[in-house]
Amino acid sequence: MKLLYFAWLKTKTGVSEETVSPPAEVQTVADLLTWLKRRGPGFEEALADMEALRVAVNQEYAEMTDPVTAGDEVALFPPVTGG
Amino acid sequence: MIRVQREDFDLGAELRALSDGDHGIGGVASFVGLVRDMAAGEKIGAMTLEHYPGMTEKMLGRIEAEALERWPLNASLIIHRYGRLEPGDQIVLVATASPHREAALESCHFLIDWLKTKAPFWKLEDTPDGGQWVDARDSDDEAAARWSKRAD
Repeated sequence: MKLLYFAWLKTKTGVSEETVSPPAEVQTVADLLTWLKRRGPGFEEALADMEALRVAVNQEYAEMTDPVTAGDEVALFPPVTGG
Repeated sequence: MIRVQREDFDLGAELRALSDGDHGIGGVASFVGLVRDMAAGEKIGAMTLEHYPGMTEKMLGRIEAEALERWPLNASLIIHRYGRLEPGDQIVLVATASPHREAALESCHFLIDWLKTKAPFWKLEDTPDGGQWVDARDSDDEAAARWSKRAD
């Protein structure tokens, strides 16, 4: 699974892009975030407020209950501020 | 048409090109977003726009398709820049062309409102205290929501 981090998610985790192999119990976006939080203080801080996060799976906005699978590209970022 | 680019754009040339050769167009509406030198009462030196290559083009294309479905448009254009920008610089251009002004003006307004809440761009402002990621504003969500209600 390819993970991408943007804006302050990237700053706080110190990662912009990585490939991960989450355990089998990670089935949804919420599961993935819970698993990622345990990876260290930077991740815990960045993912502390799930309400402040937006997630895209394969470049489509996703809900916390949406499924994630091994071949997916999952992006984590704050609400957008373009324009 | 969608363009995501680092370079500046020539506003006059872009608007002329949009209606060039199509004499069925009676009006072109446009919105140009510029970098302000102040934000939340603080002086801004510059800003850096980050985006999600791939998803950005996908979302902008979808927003444009939505406008083309809702209004009778002969042409439309969205240009959004990324990278380092300074106060006064152009960030975004949205332009629509239609036989009549109402469709052009309304669809232009719709495009910029939707773009602001759906296109994956993030602004990092250089302030006297260092780089600050800009927070999304509730008023932008409300502006975008207006167009959802109208579609019901």
